[in-house]
Amino acid sequence: MEKSLAKKSVEYRQRILKYIYQAKAGHTGGSLSCVDILNVLYNSVMNVSPSNFNSPDRDRYVQSKGHCVEALFVVLADQGFFPESELETLGRYRSHFIGHPTRKVPGVEQNTGALGHGLSLSVGMAIAAKLDQKDYKVFTLLGDGELAEGSNWEAALTAAHYELDNLCAVLDYNRMQISAPTREVCNTDPVADKFRSFGWDVMEVDGHDVEELERIFKQLPLSSGKPCLVIAHTIKGKGISYMENVLKWHHGVPNEEEYEQAQKELEESLLALD
Amino acid sequence: MMNKEIKMGKANLETFSETLQGIAEENKSLLVVTSDSRGSGKLVPFAQRFPKQLVEVGIAEQNLVGISAGLASTGKQVFAVSPACFLTARSLEQIKNDVAYSDNPVTLVGISAGVSYGALGSTHHSLHDYAALRAIHNLVVCAPADNFETKEAVRQAAEATHPIYLRFGKRPMPVLSEEVPFVFGKGRVLREGKDIAIVTTGELLHPALEAAARLKESQGIAATVVSMHTVKPLDTDLLTKLAATGMPILTVEEHSVYGGLGEACASFLLQAGFSNRFQIMAIPDEYTVTGAQQEIFDHYGLNEEGITAVAEQLLEIAK
Repeated sequence: MEKSLAKKSVEYRQRILKYIYQAKAGHTGGSLSCVDILNVLYNSVMNVSPSNFNSPDRDRYVQSKGHCVEALFVVLADQGFFPESELETLGRYRSHFIGHPTRKVPGVEQNTGALGHGLSLSVGMAIAAKLDQKDYKVFTLLGDGELAEGSNWEAALTAAHYELDNLCAVLDYNRMQISAPTREVCNTDPVADKFRSFGWDVMEVDGHDVEELERIFKQLPLSSGKPCLVIAHTIKGKGISYMENVLKWHHGVPNEEEYEQAQKELEESLLALD
Repeated sequence: MMNKEIKMGKANLETFSETLQGIAEENKSLLVVTSDSRGSGKLVPFAQRFPKQLVEVGIAEQNLVGISAGLASTGKQVFAVSPACFLTARSLEQIKNDVAYSDNPVTLVGISAGVSYGALGSTHHSLHDYAALRAIHNLVVCAPADNFETKEAVRQAAEATHPIYLRFGKRPMPVLSEEVPFVFGKGRVLREGKDIAIVTTGELLHPALEAAARLKESQGIAATVVSMHTVKPLDTDLLTKLAATGMPILTVEEHSVYGGLGEACASFLLQAGFSNRFQIMAIPDEYTVTGAQQEIFDHYGLNEEGITAVAEQLLEIAK
């Protein structure tokens, strides 16, 4: 591997902050919490690339928590789906790079952003694979705040009913949402027990440990005939000292001083990985 | 009173199911997705003949539409079938985002639409669906009037590359003309006359035709009758032709008076500079009267007598 996954994660964080800072808008905390998951999926797990994106056999990724789109855009640019320079237009008039995923951006499977949609879409794709006896896998990224949307639980029932072991939902379990910690807004715990009782396999992992994430994703399916939930324990705002677990960074945008400090911290993280 | 020339056919839902079975024989990528609605959708024979082409998701309409969109994204030709009242209200956001915005070519099939469920009451009526769906970009909204239009709509939807909403009632429909071809977005002129235009959508076409026959017989009034099966995109060319004659225009639909065919026509005609006498016949904005479907129609004058009476009033005023 030309560049370690850990290094890539830091570089992705640099770019996420760069484009959010330039656009003066974005979902900073969540993009920083989920980017290691995206890094591992796109760089070492999923069979999807610009060259096979139209192939019916590609793996699918649906970002149900669509608001953390900056992480997705940065990773898709790095995969070569479009030149990274296009991200300079993020949030601008007539740009396709808006605050939620749209299929106008190469590499995006589905338009998302309203919460509670990605799992049903993914169940449909996974059922299609079973019907067609295809081997592709379907991944979707959920937020823990998002689990209050009832449609997730409809989809969780169906995924177990159809024994979709080709489906993996990854929970970006940062335990925070826009107005308060998730347990204060609408507690989802014990989330592992809930999914197990719905007939899913559940694995828990440090969502910032790229090697662990890789190890788990490469084991899939964990057991035949069961969909899998990977609960990725993450930190909202991960990687920037003053953003970690601080509510205002849900969609806070750093000022110049904060931005420079953030980039400095990430530079130091990169150096530490050498 | 039934016009003697008109024979009764099947419920459009039955024609829908039979047509799908014919297509499923050849087209293995065709899938029907249901929310415990195969019985009310007349799809039991389909399920028996093509068990591998039916995906049941249970009573979960949001999930029904999301899954259908996911299936369609892989190249499946998907018909998502659920009572219109639930399909177009509870899963409206899935229709808007997963189907229309993401442009997954699902055919959404609203069954037992309008007041088909009669005495089951307002929870089961869909009098909002044209209004809600017309405001969503990238969705054809269509209510076939009879078995012929149903068959054609289903055949064409099975080859569509963009989303479509079809709406069916469950009572038997008369066999009407098959001479005028069916194309989405093009109204079908089923009777031509110079005095008044009656523009209908869906299954109220039949009483409109009966009213036209009665107007002719009793008063020598010559009515044009249009099956405007597609509410969106509206056939504005045809409306322009009708309005240019100067004759009064009467719209008839099994929908709320708000946001349906009538308002769509009115909006177009006014903005195009026409000022023909114009009247919308639909379900008024009130707690819908209780009763069977025909009793509800009769209560609101959505029948041969009522349409005839309103047409006469319009002509009287227009004199």
